[in-house]
Amino acid sequence: MSEARDFKYVGTRSIRPDGFDKVTGRANYGADLSLPGMIWAKILRSPHAHAKIKKLDTSRAEAHPGVMAVATFQDFPSVSHEAIEAGEAALDLLDLARNILAKDKVLYDGHAVCAVAARTEAIAEEALALIDVEYEVLPHVMDVRDAMKPDAPVLHDDMFTAGLPEAPTTASNIATRMELKKGDIEAGFAAADLIVEREFYTPTVHQGYIEPHACTVRYTEDGTSMVWCCTQGHFDVRAATARLLKMDLSRLKVIASEIGGGFGAKTTVYLEPVALILSRKTGRPVKMVMDRSEVFRGSGPGSATRSKVKIGVKKDGTFTAMQAKLCYEAGAFKGSPMGPGCMTVFTPYDIENAYVEGYDVVVNKPKVAAYRAPGAPQSEFAAEMVINDIARQLKMDPIELRLKNAAKEGTQTLYGPKLRPVGLIECLEAVRNSEHYKTALKANQGRGLAAGFWFNVGGQSSVTLNMNPDGTATLVEGSPDIGGSRASMQLMAAETLQIPAEKITPIVADTEMLAYNGTTGGSRTTFATGMAVVEAAQDVISQMKERAAAVWNVTAEQVDYADGAAINTAGDGRLTVAEICAGADRTGGQISGRGNINARGAGPSFAVHLADIEIDPETGHSKVLRYTACQDAGKAIHPSYVEGQYQGGAAQGIGWALNEEYIYNKDGILENPGFLDYRIPLASDLPMINAIIVEVPNSFHPFGVRGVGETGIVPPLAAVATAVEEAAGIKVTDLPLSPPRVLKAIQEQSNG
Amino acid sequence: MATVIFSSELQRLTGEERTEVAAKTYRELLDQVTARYPSLDRQELMGMAVAIDGEIIHDPLLETVRPASEVHFLYRISGG
Amino acid sequence: MNKVHVTTTVNGDETEFLCEPQDTLLDVLRNNLGLTGTKEGCGSGDCGACSVTVNGRLVCSCLVLAVEAEGKEIGTIEGVSEKDHLHVIQEKFLEHAALQCGICTPGLIVSTKALLEANPSPTEEQARYWLAGNLCRCTGYDKIIRAVMDAASTMRGGA
Repeated sequence: MSEARDFKYVGTRSIRPDGFDKVTGRANYGADLSLPGMIWAKILRSPHAHAKIKKLDTSRAEAHPGVMAVATFQDFPSVSHEAIEAGEAALDLLDLARNILAKDKVLYDGHAVCAVAARTEAIAEEALALIDVEYEVLPHVMDVRDAMKPDAPVLHDDMFTAGLPEAPTTASNIATRMELKKGDIEAGFAAADLIVEREFYTPTVHQGYIEPHACTVRYTEDGTSMVWCCTQGHFDVRAATARLLKMDLSRLKVIASEIGGGFGAKTTVYLEPVALILSRKTGRPVKMVMDRSEVFRGSGPGSATRSKVKIGVKKDGTFTAMQAKLCYEAGAFKGSPMGPGCMTVFTPYDIENAYVEGYDVVVNKPKVAAYRAPGAPQSEFAAEMVINDIARQLKMDPIELRLKNAAKEGTQTLYGPKLRPVGLIECLEAVRNSEHYKTALKANQGRGLAAGFWFNVGGQSSVTLNMNPDGTATLVEGSPDIGGSRASMQLMAAETLQIPAEKITPIVADTEMLAYNGTTGGSRTTFATGMAVVEAAQDVISQMKERAAAVWNVTAEQVDYADGAAINTAGDGRLTVAEICAGADRTGGQISGRGNINARGAGPSFAVHLADIEIDPETGHSKVLRYTACQDAGKAIHPSYVEGQYQGGAAQGIGWALNEEYIYNKDGILENPGFLDYRIPLASDLPMINAIIVEVPNSFHPFGVRGVGETGIVPPLAAVATAVEEAAGIKVTDLPLSPPRVLKAIQEQSNG
Repeated sequence: MATVIFSSELQRLTGEERTEVAAKTYRELLDQVTARYPSLDRQELMGMAVAIDGEIIHDPLLETVRPASEVHFLYRISGG
Repeated sequence: MNKVHVTTTVNGDETEFLCEPQDTLLDVLRNNLGLTGTKEGCGSGDCGACSVTVNGRLVCSCLVLAVEAEGKEIGTIEGVSEKDHLHVIQEKFLEHAALQCGICTPGLIVSTKALLEANPSPTEEQARYWLAGNLCRCTGYDKIIRAVMDAASTMRGGA
C-alpha cells in the first residue's frame, strides 16, 4: 500500500518511451494516415445561427465528375432520444446524431448540414458550393440570460424544463434545473456579520488543442470497418459510432492515433460516423480533417456562464452560509456541465449551510463538449472571487481565511459524501511558505490567490502484460496517451515487477486487442489504468511464483518475490524474471498477466494557485509576472509529467481569464474562428510556472495516486482576476480581462 | 443499519432526508429503498453513481454494504 | 494535366514532385512526399506547427506555395536528427519533458534549431519571443524554454 516507502522507479523522471517518435516527427496523429484508393470528404456548414432547412438539394454536387457520394442526416438509421453509454456520462443519441448532421434545423453558425466525398480534398471543397440549401432564418439567442427569458426564441419545441416542482407546459430553452441544499441557508445568513454578493460572466471558450479533429476510415464489403482517429477514448468512439450506425461492436475496429490535445473535447464523435457512411457508399477509404475554423465553429467549446454567488461570514472569518445561482450555456443541445459546476462550487470549504441552484440552458452556439474539470472553473471562479473580496473587507490574509474554513478529511460535501484524506490544507501551507508569497509587489502590480477542486473519476481499464522469453515484457494498455501516461504505466509496472523500466514496452492497443477501456479523461488514467497495470503485474508475479515452485518442487506459498526474483523460502534457490520466462515453456507455457478493473476510490485533487499581474494603466494590458501552481497529486509517478499538468492547466486558465472568448456578431456568426483572434497564451506571454507537488496519498491506489489532469485549470481564473483587481484598482465582473475591458474599467473607476 | 441520505433533488420524491436500511448488498438496499418510496424510479437510481462511506462507485450493483455505512446517490461525473 | 513539376532538395535528398499551382508546401510535404512529421494546426500561419526551413530560413509551410520549393533546400523535422542519434535539441526536449501531446513538438524543434543557428546565446526573453509563433496548448511553455536554454548551453560547449 502507500505508506511512505522508497520507490526505485515510481517517482523518477524517466524518458518517456514514446518520446523518440515524437521528437523526430515519426509519431502518427489523426491526419497522418493515408490508405490506397483513399478519397476525401468535407462538410457543408450552416451560415446561420438558427434556421429551418426548407430544402436540401445535393444533385448539382453529385453531378460533379470528381464527387463520389454525399451524406445527410437521412443516412443515419433511425435514431431517437435514447441514452447511450459512450463515456462516463450518458449521451442522447438523437442529439448526438443531429449535431453531427443537422436534421430539419440548423442551430448554430457552423452546424454541419451535409458531407461530400470526392477524389481530392480540393474537389470536395469546391463541391460544397454546388449544394443548394434553402433556409428559413429564425431569430437567434446567444446569451444564457436572454435564453432563459419567457419571450426568448425557443430552439427545441420538445424541450420542457426538467427539475421544476411542477411539470411545465410550455417549451423552454432551460433543459434542466437542479438544486443542492445543506443545512439552513436563511439561518446561516442571519448569523453572518458580513455578506458579500457578486455576479460574474465567463465567455464561451475553446479547449484550443493544436490538432484539428481528423480521421481515416474504411468500410469493407462485409461490413467490417476500421476507424483511425485522434481521440481520448477509442472504445467510446466505437460505442457511439456503432450505436449511431447500428453495427456490432466487434465489426468496428477503432485505432487511436497519437492525439494532439483534447482536454475533454475529443471524447465525442463528429467526423467518424459521417466518414463511415461515405466509405460505405463509395467503397473507398475516406479521410476527413477539420480545418481550424471548423474546429472553432463545429466542435464543442466550453460553456459560457452567468453566476451569482453570495457568502456570509463572521468577523473572525468563519463562513456561515454559501449560496450560488449558476446558469450554464449548453450550446445547441442540452447537456452543459452544470451538474459538476454545482457540485464543486463550494467544495473546498467546510460549510454547514449551503444552497446552490443550477440551470442548463440551450443557446444558438455549438453544442458544448467537456473542457478540463467541466463546469468547475466557471463556478469556483465566482466563489473564489467572493472569498477574496471577503478577505479584503475583513482585512484578512486570503490563505488564513481559507485555512480557517478549509475542507479536510471528514468534511461533508454539498453533494453528499464525506471527504476522505485530502490535501487542501497542505497546499495552502505550501503556498504560504513559498518564496513567491513572501515577495513584495511594486506599483501597478497585484497578487491573487485561489483554491480549486475536482473529483476525479475511476472507471474501467483493461490491460495485459505479456512476458517474453528473455524476461522483457510488453504492456498492452488501452488509454490514449495525451500527456505521458505510457511513461507512468511503464514505471508502475517496473516498480511492481521490480525490473528496470526499459525492460517493459508499453503500447496503446486498438479496440480489438483489449476489453473495454474508459476514456483518457476525468483525471482517471494514471489512477485507474495504473491500478489495472499493477493488477496485471501482480498476476504475472503470482504465475511466476507458481513456475518457480514447480522448478523447486515446493508450494507457491513457499516462494517469495523480491527485487525481480523468486526466492525459495523452503530451501535454496533464486530465479530471476528472465530465468523463469526462459524456462516458461517447460513449466506451463508463456506467461501473460491480466488486469481488468472498474476502479473505485478515485481521490479528489485540491490545488492552490498564486498569480502576480502587472497592469499597464495606459493600455489595460496584463503581464503575468510570476505564477505558482500547487496541487495534491497523492503520489507523483512521473514528477515531470505531473508538473506539466499543473503548468498546462495554469496556462489554459490564464488564457481563459485574460484573453480567450468567442466573439459573435449581431447575426450570431462567430467572428474569430482562428488562432490569430482567439488568443491563447504564447511563449512570450508567460513566465516560468512554479509547480509545487504536494503528496497526500490516496489509499485506494497501490502507489497513492490521485488524478491531477483537471484541477489545475480551476484556480487560475480567480487568481488572475483577483490580481488584476488588485493591480488596477477595479472590480471584475466579466471575463476575459482583455486590455480594452480593463482599460474601460480603469477609466470608469477614475471617472466614477 | 446502513443509512441512506437523499440529495435535495431526491428528497422531493421521498419527502425525507434520510432513512435506515437493513441491507447487506447494494441490490438489497435498492430493493428496500424503492419499495419504501414508490416515487423513486428504480431505473434512474440504477443509472446513478453511489458513494458508500465516501467512496464514489459508478457500478455499485455488486457492492456490499456494511452495517454502519452511509450511502449517497450521486449523478455520474465525467471529466474532460 | 496542369500539374507543375518541381525539383527540390528535402533534408538533403534530391526530390521531385508534381503538384497543383495552389498547393501549399505543407500539403505537398504531407500528402505527396509522405513526410507527415510537419503538422497542420491552423492553415493560416498562426500556430507554427508547420514550421520548416527554406534555404535555412524559418517559415510556416502553410504559407509557402509548393512551387516555391523549386531549386531550394527544404528542412523538415525528419531531417533534424543525426544518422543514428538525436540532435541535442531533441535530447533536451525529452530530458526536460518539454512535450505532452507532442503535436507542436516538430514545429518547435525546427524553430529552436533555427533560433540557435541565428543566435547561439539567446536570453530567456529572446527565446520566448522567437518561439512566440509556435503555439503549445499543453505545457505552458515552461519546460520547453528550459529545454531550449539547456540545448543552447550544451551546443555552445557548456555542460
